[in-house]
Amino acid sequence: MNEITTAGKLTAKDFTSDQEVRWCPGCGDYAILKCMQRTLPEIGARPENTVFVSGIGCSSRFPYHMATYGFHTIHGRAPAIATGVKLANPDLDVWVITGDGDGLSIGGNHLLHVLRRNVDLNILLFNNEIYGLTKGQYSPTSRPGTRSPSTPQGSFENPVSACAFALGAGAKFVARTIDTDQKHMPDVFKRAHRNKGASFVEIFQNCIVYNDGVFSDFADKANAAETRVYAVHGEPLLFGSENKKGLRLNADKLRLEVVTLGEDGVGEKDIIVHDETNPILAQLLVSLTAPAYPVVLGVIYAAPSESFEAAAMKQIDASIKKHGIGDLDAVIRQGRTWTVT
Amino acid sequence: MDRRVDDNTNPSLPELDELESVVVRFAGDSGDGMQLTGAQFTASTALAGHDLSTFPDFPAEIRAPAGTTFGVSAFQINFGSDRVLTAGDEPDVLVAMNPAALKVNIDNLRQGGLVVVDTGSFSARNQKKAGYESNPLEDDSLSGYRVMRLDITAYTLEAVKQFGLSNKDALRCKNMWTLGLMLWMFGRQRKPITEWLKTKFGKMPEVAKSNIAALNAGHAFGETAELSSDLKRYEIRPAHLEPGTYRTVTGSQSLAWGLVAGAQCAGLKLMFGSYPITPASTLLHLLAAMKQFGIVTFQAEDEISAICAAIGASFAGSLGVTSSSGPGIALKTEAMGLAISTELPLIIVNSQRGGPSTGLPTKTEQSDLYQAIYGRNGDSPLPVIGTRSPGDCFETAIEAVRIATKYMTPVILLSDGYTANAAEPWKLPDLESLEKFPTQIVETPPEEGEHFNPYERDPETLSRPWAKPGTPGLEHRIGGLEKSYETGHISYDADNHQKMTDTRMAKIAGIAADIPPQEVFQGTEGGEMAVVGWGSTFGPIDQAVHRARDKGLDVSHIHLRHLNPFPSNLEGLLKSYKKVLVPEMNTGQLMTVLRDRFLLEAVPLNKVEGQPFKIREIEGAIANVLNGKGAAS
Repeated sequence: MNEITTAGKLTAKDFTSDQEVRWCPGCGDYAILKCMQRTLPEIGARPENTVFVSGIGCSSRFPYHMATYGFHTIHGRAPAIATGVKLANPDLDVWVITGDGDGLSIGGNHLLHVLRRNVDLNILLFNNEIYGLTKGQYSPTSRPGTRSPSTPQGSFENPVSACAFALGAGAKFVARTIDTDQKHMPDVFKRAHRNKGASFVEIFQNCIVYNDGVFSDFADKANAAETRVYAVHGEPLLFGSENKKGLRLNADKLRLEVVTLGEDGVGEKDIIVHDETNPILAQLLVSLTAPAYPVVLGVIYAAPSESFEAAAMKQIDASIKKHGIGDLDAVIRQGRTWTVT
Repeated sequence: MDRRVDDNTNPSLPELDELESVVVRFAGDSGDGMQLTGAQFTASTALAGHDLSTFPDFPAEIRAPAGTTFGVSAFQINFGSDRVLTAGDEPDVLVAMNPAALKVNIDNLRQGGLVVVDTGSFSARNQKKAGYESNPLEDDSLSGYRVMRLDITAYTLEAVKQFGLSNKDALRCKNMWTLGLMLWMFGRQRKPITEWLKTKFGKMPEVAKSNIAALNAGHAFGETAELSSDLKRYEIRPAHLEPGTYRTVTGSQSLAWGLVAGAQCAGLKLMFGSYPITPASTLLHLLAAMKQFGIVTFQAEDEISAICAAIGASFAGSLGVTSSSGPGIALKTEAMGLAISTELPLIIVNSQRGGPSTGLPTKTEQSDLYQAIYGRNGDSPLPVIGTRSPGDCFETAIEAVRIATKYMTPVILLSDGYTANAAEPWKLPDLESLEKFPTQIVETPPEEGEHFNPYERDPETLSRPWAKPGTPGLEHRIGGLEKSYETGHISYDADNHQKMTDTRMAKIAGIAADIPPQEVFQGTEGGEMAVVGWGSTFGPIDQAVHRARDKGLDVSHIHLRHLNPFPSNLEGLLKSYKKVLVPEMNTGQLMTVLRDRFLLEAVPLNKVEGQPFKIREIEGAIANVLNGKGAAS
């Protein structure tokens, strides 16, 4: 199905399968795929050690286009299958590809637990706020009032925020990026890959057929500077075309507010410095939504801890150290036995 | 204290010590420690060299309100000098620790049987809770039984008084007092149990001493002169078992060890994904305690995740195993389809319980055969095998692993609540002599310029190659979409789907040539009647056929391990009998499958009362059918 990989320096081509890509022309998924194929060689990944596991939906076709190991599974279950892969072989580099329907609706339970357990997976959730593969029904991240074949008068459900969900589930790494930013996406992928544990990445992804322009508030390059804040650890949360706008904590109201440097006596010391290890700040940052606020992209939270499979292997090693390698004959002879002659 | 012992024995009934085997049932409140008492009695019985079979029967509620009938927990043991394959029809001895236990169990006691009751628990309040209008110990409702009225509560409190336990803790020793009495009654050793108590309560010496004191007091009570004329010491001849080293084993233990042995034969690491459910959880507990074997156990967030993790592990080159009971198996169904479509090895253990829905979680039934054979979307065949007894789980598990890995397929292993919890003597296998079946995981990359095709089948088994992530040159993608027969890529082609569906069917059907021909367990090939069973009905069918043959009836016993596909000789074999009787703990599922496959006219005998068959129920059906009547007439 793909050429044998020779050792040495790899390129995007080594990660590109020969399978025809079948997404709609103009779909945001193309940009993410290209970015992944370009980034993997840069982080020293090997095709034979890389596994892409996906669920069901447009985004979940992703593994077929990667010249790595891949498993296109069933709706919502990719986190569970990927957990099994990691438990069988913790040395593999495992990426989970999911969407807003796959990851937050039918598979919400698995996503919750895989994050809570901190399984060493890189989980990319392509959020397009719509069901694409089933032809345009509203999704759990769709905004109230979304008109779709199943909500002709507009939806009336409260949407879930992917990153707030991840933080609530106890994720140790939460980041956000957007399909139109080919410079930013690779950095986020690299950080996610470096983190040993569950790395959750929400990617705002445009569905050109069923939900075109849903992120136009901040997706367009023209107004990107005014509508996005790129969070960088240790740096002030500034934005705007002249980098004069910033986020300040209103301590009395315990909420963030947008301020402008030089106005009303606002100085740089008033702007919050991003601390990606601060879970409270992370909660505040993911709560900002367009158009009232800029949208925060980047690594919002990163507080690494031991991964699930590492802890599991540790217990196995400890048992072997304590009891020696298992001897089934000894086990079945334990306890009371008797002999019949 | 009331030390009166009544004897209402019907003189025409045989004495216990003339029986081939004795059935003792311990019953009490779920908090009375009945399962513990039963387990210890079982261990001492096995140590005395008796063949035995046990049946724990406990409520679904963890701690039902004390004294109520639905909170009654019981443990039944059948031990004897002849071969013992069932936990016995009717108890010969019933130990009832409170009125509710008496109420629930007395109707099952053999007429003339012995009932031991704790009068100390027969307060008016407890009688009312159990639903008694008047004191059953004082009216004539127990005539027809031998009744021992013992104030076990008072005796126990007296025996442990010196250790200064709280009243509540002191009362917890009642089960040991009772066990002591039973040990005396059946000539069992106390030492293994006192040793066990010392270990169990090593950190609480006062508790250990109290329990031992209660045990000794119960034993001593049996020896007191004033009771000896009523309580005989029954001596039972040791069973004639095949020479070898034995131990008692529960179905869960033997299944766990069989899975480990199977993985070793296949040369694979074992990954076990499971979600707690009665009565299947024990398997998870046992394997979780065997980490030194490199076994990875995963308590998943739900049944779906449990099977999916096992599938992920198989994709990555381990042996994925999942386990549940009926409702949980239903949740795993979609993922089974994925394992069928991606052709990955996987073992799915179903410890069946009463259904539908939540049904009877702690009661036994074998009503998931349709679910196992037919219960998935699409044409999705997979092998199904059933285990017949606790000891048989070991071999069945190994067979499941062999088929799953050789044919790259999920396999369903059907057990049930009875088999999982029951215990029987088990001859320790010679592990060295187990036939190895090393799995052929592909490691060689294709020639330069060639592609690895994950669906390039072995022409004989139709099995696809297993390449695991981490192997250079064998990168491939699989999934639940239909694959091209030729390349393994996604294919929506109509002819290809026909060919792939046919191939998947042929692969599973072909396993029939690779399993042992069906044998007749007892009797002859051909004749008047075959009694055909599967699963845990083995014991009662075997005994019933044994009794029928003793009476000169031409009846044979056939018991199926392989339920899909059937052994290739089964059709001819079944058609060599004039009549086929199929006893099942469901409404006739195997019977339907046999009719479906062989156009065979089989007579069903069905029971779904949450309890195993009684020997005489099957014996009666044999007689009825031989006389040209229906099984249940």
